[in-house]
Amino acid sequence: MAERSFFLFLLLLFLSSAVEFSASIFEDQVGLMDWHQKYIGKVNHAVFHTQKTGRKRVVVSTEENVLASLDLRHGDIFWRHVLGPSDAIEAFDIALGKYVITLSSGGSILRAWNLPDGQMIWESFLKGSRSSKSMLLVQPSVGAEKETVLLAFYGGFLHAVSSIDGEILWRKDLGSESLEIQQIVQPVGIEVVYALGFDGSSQFAAYEINARNGELMKHESVHFSGSFSRENLVVSDGVFVALDASGSILVTVHFQNGEYSLQEMRISSLLGGNFGKAKLLGAKLPHMFALRNDKLTGFLKVTDEGKLETLERINNEVSISDSLSFAEKQRAFALVQHNDNKVEFRVKLGHEWNKDLLQETVNIDPNRGHVENVFINNYIRTDRSYGFRALIVLEDHSLLLVQQGEVVWKREDGLASILDVTTAELPVEKVGVSVSKVEENLHEWLKGHILKLKGTLMLATPEDVATIQGMRLKNSEKSKITRDHNGFRKLLIVLTRSGKVFALHTGDGRIVWSLLLRSLRKSEACTSPTGIRIYPWQIPHHHALDENPSVLVVGRCLPTDSGPGVLSFIDAYAGKEFDSVAPTHSVVQIIPLPFTDALEQRLHLLIDANQRAHLYPRSPEALTIFNREMSNVYWYTVVAENGIIRGYAPKSTSVNEGSDEYCFDPTDLWSIVFPMESEKIVAWVTRKLSEVVHTQAKVIADQDVMYKYISKNLLFVATTSPKGTGEIGSATPDESSLIVYLIDTVTGRILHRMIHKGCQAPVHAVLSENWVVYHYFNLRSHRFEMSVIEIYDQSRADNKDVWKLVIGKHNLTSPVSSYSRPEVKAESQSYFFTHSAKAIAVTSTAKGITSRQLLIGTVGDQVLALDKRYLDPRRKTDPTQAEKEEGLIPLTDSLPIIPQSYVTHALKVEGLRDIITVPAKLESTTLVFSYGVDLFLTRLAPSRTYDSLTEDFSYALLLLTIVVLVGAIFATWILSEKKELREKWR
Amino acid sequence: MCSTMRSCRLTLLLVSLSLLLSLAPFSSGSSASPGSAEGFTINGRVKIPGLAVQAFGVSGKLSDAKVILNGGRKITFLRPDGYFSFHNISAGTHLIEVAAIGYFFSPVRVDVSARHPGKVQAALTETRRSLNELVLEPLREEQYYEIREPFSIMSVVKSPMGLMVGFMLIVMFLMPKMVENMDPEEMRRAQEEMRSQGVPSLASLLPGAARQ
Repeated sequence: MAERSFFLFLLLLFLSSAVEFSASIFEDQVGLMDWHQKYIGKVNHAVFHTQKTGRKRVVVSTEENVLASLDLRHGDIFWRHVLGPSDAIEAFDIALGKYVITLSSGGSILRAWNLPDGQMIWESFLKGSRSSKSMLLVQPSVGAEKETVLLAFYGGFLHAVSSIDGEILWRKDLGSESLEIQQIVQPVGIEVVYALGFDGSSQFAAYEINARNGELMKHESVHFSGSFSRENLVVSDGVFVALDASGSILVTVHFQNGEYSLQEMRISSLLGGNFGKAKLLGAKLPHMFALRNDKLTGFLKVTDEGKLETLERINNEVSISDSLSFAEKQRAFALVQHNDNKVEFRVKLGHEWNKDLLQETVNIDPNRGHVENVFINNYIRTDRSYGFRALIVLEDHSLLLVQQGEVVWKREDGLASILDVTTAELPVEKVGVSVSKVEENLHEWLKGHILKLKGTLMLATPEDVATIQGMRLKNSEKSKITRDHNGFRKLLIVLTRSGKVFALHTGDGRIVWSLLLRSLRKSEACTSPTGIRIYPWQIPHHHALDENPSVLVVGRCLPTDSGPGVLSFIDAYAGKEFDSVAPTHSVVQIIPLPFTDALEQRLHLLIDANQRAHLYPRSPEALTIFNREMSNVYWYTVVAENGIIRGYAPKSTSVNEGSDEYCFDPTDLWSIVFPMESEKIVAWVTRKLSEVVHTQAKVIADQDVMYKYISKNLLFVATTSPKGTGEIGSATPDESSLIVYLIDTVTGRILHRMIHKGCQAPVHAVLSENWVVYHYFNLRSHRFEMSVIEIYDQSRADNKDVWKLVIGKHNLTSPVSSYSRPEVKAESQSYFFTHSAKAIAVTSTAKGITSRQLLIGTVGDQVLALDKRYLDPRRKTDPTQAEKEEGLIPLTDSLPIIPQSYVTHALKVEGLRDIITVPAKLESTTLVFSYGVDLFLTRLAPSRTYDSLTEDFSYALLLLTIVVLVGAIFATWILSEKKELREKWR
Repeated sequence: MCSTMRSCRLTLLLVSLSLLLSLAPFSSGSSASPGSAEGFTINGRVKIPGLAVQAFGVSGKLSDAKVILNGGRKITFLRPDGYFSFHNISAGTHLIEVAAIGYFFSPVRVDVSARHPGKVQAALTETRRSLNELVLEPLREEQYYEIREPFSIMSVVKSPMGLMVGFMLIVMFLMPKMVENMDPEEMRRAQEEMRSQGVPSLASLLPGAARQ
């Protein structure tokens, strides 16, 4: 017996050691359970900086409003700035070889950044009075100048800005109501700035301005018989090219030497036949320009005499780079043509069309789509000839550097614009799959653990520490492509804006497969496709079915709700599309139903713009299941702009001949109409479908029980006064109030309503179990607040009597129905919170036993984990002893921000948009994936890892202890033997 | 008043546009223009004590800092000397937040008065301290990692393994001593008692006890 108790004691000790791990991490644990990937987004514009010796770099601006400097050798980011959401970069250039000048925010902000380190040097605000095109003109530096004048056009004004400190040297008003300046040109070596544009629809206007002081030197206007379209271009500093509104007449204006002459030409006469509606390509080429219709691209040359000559017509899709000047006044540009999976890269000299300076073919994965943009740069080869490299932007938003026919590096920048995320389990380890590769032999294992022991005992040398760190980071266990026991290894399947789907491994973040969806590519049937959501479609239980799981991608062809929808079904292991539905009915809402068919495909209802429900998969079996369960299917729509929430149920299909039997008409069940003049819907959330709740009862301090009101049909809606939807602080406290509702979505009953006076949007909320937490702005105290509402079921509150339970007179087993009118009790409390929030999520675990943490994406792009216990409406200033034991935290007016509880630690998830939590198989642990421009994944244990040993667990120390213990046992045995002998002799 | 930018540094940094024209500490609006009366300007400075903010390049940490107006409506960056400005701001109350890794800044409430151009009120919302100039300093530095405790013999002793070994040592050396100190008569009686009750003595735990 004593023996057993002794081992029990050992076991206890053992267990207590497991709890030692804390939620926060040590600095040397970075990268152990988390990974962070930096992206920039789809590149709009690129400027190379390779003139000087030293680090060669390319500066790029992207669609995610990122300005970044990339290493030209490896594609790594030297520095990067993510500008605000309304601060899109209109144009940028490098001035004086050391400043990056950006014109952003519609053209009103001019900034200079230090090229080596990205430090902002100055910032200048341009003022304009009209909306206009914004342009930036930076004169290329000729020699070692100290200063150059930047020309920026914004809001009808031409600004000359000093490059040293951003001081505005002069401003020139170039505008009237009808004048639209389209181009700003300053020919090299001339102190005249030409501002060219349209006055009205059929007048060409030109202004010549003194570049020194901004004085108007000349104003000229030429009349055109037709009307201009807004497409135009300046070719080689002397010719302005525009198209007429019909796209069939080409207008050229020569403006050299103060002479303005306008010429018209039919495009069909130049490029032959019925060219149709043409577009001007924006690439700046030497003495030539390109026109494109939907089929072919034509190149036209402007001769010195001002004539137009047709150079070539190309049938394929072609991308053209801006021209580049190199050597002695030579100019070259690149043409990139895409045929199948080969990219033909040609560099042409400006004056000789028929000769290619360089012709290379590069193999590019067809999964990357066609070439969207190309930027070229030259370098001097070792044999002193000129070489060219090109930066290519592809349809999937990836960025490639091509040099000498090879792809030097590539960046998967499509991942900067994730639309939606789902997960899939990895395949189970099969018998045939060799596992032994991963495990080292015993000697290695022991050596590793002895090193770790040395580390924990602080006896390790710096080299040892480095080896230990390397060992931990390289741990091949975490990056295997098989399912693991703890469920840490999964596939994150992400849908990006480019229409590409990526599968990322949760262990190390690498791309397992990627697929550019055919259905989400531009085509004649689908002009501007966008992805909407991604759902797990089929999750086969591996014991029953030997099939791969699959995911469903829903997209639509037009950005509006009424656009026809497209569906794709993708094999989650192979990364292949196995089925797709061509443009079909519109999709405004997707409802995964809690039913699966025999193939374990989940039933989905797709709601179209007319509120008709379409059932997928389209199989008779699915229809049978759905017809059986139809009485339990409800849905609702929130029309925020009209302030209406409507509830629907499907009507059984009319048995008309020829009608779609998978399509169901809606029956209106209920509607809630908010008064438009006083309430505007700003946020609504519902519970995550996959969420698991462990217990319905909550035992509180005095042995009392509270029953949580748990319903899948709970909807949280927040409305504010119309004034409260604007910018923070734009309303006075009396003008705005926040009203929150908890609504049952089956019956439309409002379970709870609460008013926060003097509060306003933005509202971020999360709903889980029986509580909702929301973040909003309090105008009275001018601080952000977070509130919690917990909702309890009072009808079950009497089930406390043990006797009732024994006899069976309780109502715990009675079915829960939304139609039974529950008595609910809601409790609420509010706290101050320091930061603005970008997103709020809650941790979810496999069984829902582990306590929850809120994950708040702060405005600084960090993710803060906050224990749900801080948001408990039962918190009070002086809790009793019993309540303290229960874990109730004394009430404070604000929520604590503990730096160690940032799950992103010292990293930033730039441009944070959302946080996703995925439960691991191990109950204590959850995976947290946050994405924006950057991606970050980590593992969280909200109540610490109580059910497993941490990775830091020192097996060597355990072994050592056991050896010592066994030794001690033998020593005592020998001692006692001796003693006994002595006793006996006595 | 102050004539150069340097001497302006610590003047009240919140001025309306019209005032800005006369002072012109930053040259953003150096010429009057129609329609420029639409907004006000907020100028301020972020100061991190202990962090050198003289030349470019040195202040690597500051180059990544962002100043955020009204929860992300406008974002600006810091100049090398820590200054920042927001232009075209409506009169009213605004909230400025500073995001810099490693530092905790309190959000600042800024009131821009339309009636009294140039009149400014700024207050830290966390501590409710009002500022008479818009110089933002971090409330504290943030340490994101746990500090590893340096090695001490106590931590080894306190660890479960240490406790196990310690317990073993006690059993090995202290228990026999205690047994020794007992009166032999009493011990015999106790042993007999135990045997009769069938409770194994501690000595019987050891393998050798079986032979007794």
